[in-house]
Amino acid sequence: MKIIQRCWLTFCFFLLYAPILFLVVYSFNSGETMQTFEGFSWAHYQELWQDTRLLQIVLGTLVLALSSSLIATAIGTIGALAIYRTPRKLVKQSLLGLNNVLLVSPDVIIGASFLILMTALGLKLGFFTVLLAHVAFSIPIVVLMVLPKLQEMNHDLVLAAQDLGATPTEVLTKVTLPVISPGILAGFFMALTYSLDDFAVTFFVTGNGFSTLAVEVYSRARRGVSLEINALSTLMLFVAFILVLGYYVYGQRKKGQKPSKLKEKVK
Amino acid sequence: MNRIKKRYTEAYLGIYGLWLLAFVVAPMLLLLIQSVNVPGQGFSLSNYRDFFTSGPYLAMTVNSVWYAFLITLVTLAIAYPLALVLTTLKHRQLWLLLVILPTWINLLLKTYAFIGLLGKGGLLNQAITGMGFGPSQLLFTNGAFLLVAAYIELPFMVLPIYNALLDIDPLLPAASRDLGASRFQTLKQVIWPLSMPGVKTGVQTVFIPSLSLFMITRLIGGNKVITLGTAIEEHFLVTQNWSFGSTIGVVLIIAMALTMALTTDRKKKGGRRK
Repeated sequence: MKIIQRCWLTFCFFLLYAPILFLVVYSFNSGETMQTFEGFSWAHYQELWQDTRLLQIVLGTLVLALSSSLIATAIGTIGALAIYRTPRKLVKQSLLGLNNVLLVSPDVIIGASFLILMTALGLKLGFFTVLLAHVAFSIPIVVLMVLPKLQEMNHDLVLAAQDLGATPTEVLTKVTLPVISPGILAGFFMALTYSLDDFAVTFFVTGNGFSTLAVEVYSRARRGVSLEINALSTLMLFVAFILVLGYYVYGQRKKGQKPSKLKEKVK
Repeated sequence: MNRIKKRYTEAYLGIYGLWLLAFVVAPMLLLLIQSVNVPGQGFSLSNYRDFFTSGPYLAMTVNSVWYAFLITLVTLAIAYPLALVLTTLKHRQLWLLLVILPTWINLLLKTYAFIGLLGKGGLLNQAITGMGFGPSQLLFTNGAFLLVAAYIELPFMVLPIYNALLDIDPLLPAASRDLGASRFQTLKQVIWPLSMPGVKTGVQTVFIPSLSLFMITRLIGGNKVITLGTAIEEHFLVTQNWSFGSTIGVVLIIAMALTMALTTDRKKKGGRRK
C-alpha cells in the first residue's frame, strides 16, 4: 500500500513539474530552440536583461497586481462587513449571490461584458480599464475569505468593547479588524494570485498601449518560440519557490507546539 | 451610539452595493442587451434563432461541454488519489504548497512549455522516435488540448478535495476499520461520501474555466477544437460582431448556471472555505 502511494505521489509530481523543469533546462540552452540542447549558456538571460520592453511589462504586471489587490482587499472587506452586518436575510442572500456571480463566471464572459461596459462608459482601453477589471474579479474572493472570519469572531468581544466605552470607530479599528486580519491577508494574497494568473480578462479589456506579461507571452508564442521567455519563467519560478519555502518555515515556527487534530479530539 | 453603528452599516452597504451595481449587474445586463440588439435591426431575437438552428454552433456547444467534462474527469481521477496520499504525509503542508506552486506560474507560460514539449522535434516526439515509432503530430490535436487543460486545472481540483479530506473526523475511518470494514470499503462507504463537498467544489472550479480556455485552443489545439470560449473571443476581438458574441455568452452563462445547480447542495454546507 505504501509503495503504491509513493509511486502515485512521484508520478503526480513528475507530471506537475516536468513541463516547468523543461522550461528551466532549456533556458540555459545556447541554441535557439526547445528541441536540441546544444550547450550551457547564459545568453538568454543577457538577452532578457537587455529587453527593456519585456522588463517594463513585468514591472507593469507587478504594479497592476499589487494595486488591484490592495483596492480589492479594501472594497472586499467593506463588502464582507456589509453582508455580515445587514439585519435582513433577503439582502444578505442577494448580496452573497451577486458576489458569487463573477466568481463563477468563465473568464471570457467577464472579459466580454467588461469590454462592453468600458466602451459604453467611453473609457479608453488601457491600464485603467485593466485595473478596474482586475479589482472586479478579485473582490468576490476577498469577501469569501473575510466573511468566515467575521462569522467565527466571538461577538462578546464587540459587546465588551462597547460596554467599556469604545466608540464604533474604535470597535472597528481596535477589535474587529485585528480579529479578522488573517482573513484579510489571505484575501489579499488570493487577489494577488488571481491578478498575476489572469490572461483572458486582460486580453479583452487591454488596448494597444498596455500589456501584461501573459498577453505579451501569448502574442510572442504565436510568432514562435523564444528562449528569452524560458529565462524569464525560470527567474519567476525561483522567486515563487523562495517565497513558498519562506512561508513554510515561518508557518512552522509559528505553529510550534500546537497539538495535532487527533490529540485535540481525544482530549 | 447604536445610531452611529447603524450609519456605518449603511455606509458599508452603500459602497458595496454601488460597486455590485456598477461592476456586476451592469456588465451582465449590457451583455444581455447587446445579445438582442442586432446591428441594423434593433431589438430582435434573430441571434438566438441563428444560434439554435445552426449545426456548427450546436456542435460547438456539445463539443465544449464534452471537453470540459473530459477535463474534469481526468483531473478528478488524478487529483483524488493524490489528495488522499497528501493527507497521510508527514510534511503535508509543504507538499500542498508544492502542489499549489505551479499555479503561481502564469498559465500562458505553462502552455508555452507544452509547445516545446509536444512540438515536431520536441522531447516527446524524440522519445517516441527513440522507441522505434515514427514521429507523429502531437501539437494541434484534441489530445494535446485535453492534456494541457487538465495539467493547468489539476491543482485547483486537489486543493478543495484535500481540505475536505482533512476536515473528516479521523476517528470515523478508524471506527470503520475497527468494525471490520476493509480498506476499500472504508474508502468507498466512509471517506468518499464525507469528502463529497470538496469534490463538488473541485468539479465546479475546474468545469467552468474549462468552458472558456480559448488561449489553449489557439496555441495548442490549433484552432481545431473550437469551443464556445474561442467563438466568443473570435466574435468580440476578430470579427467584431459583438452582438452575436454576446448571444453565445448568454448561452454559456445558462450552461454554467445549469452545472452549478446540478452540483450544488440544497442543504448548503461545507465546500470552499479555506
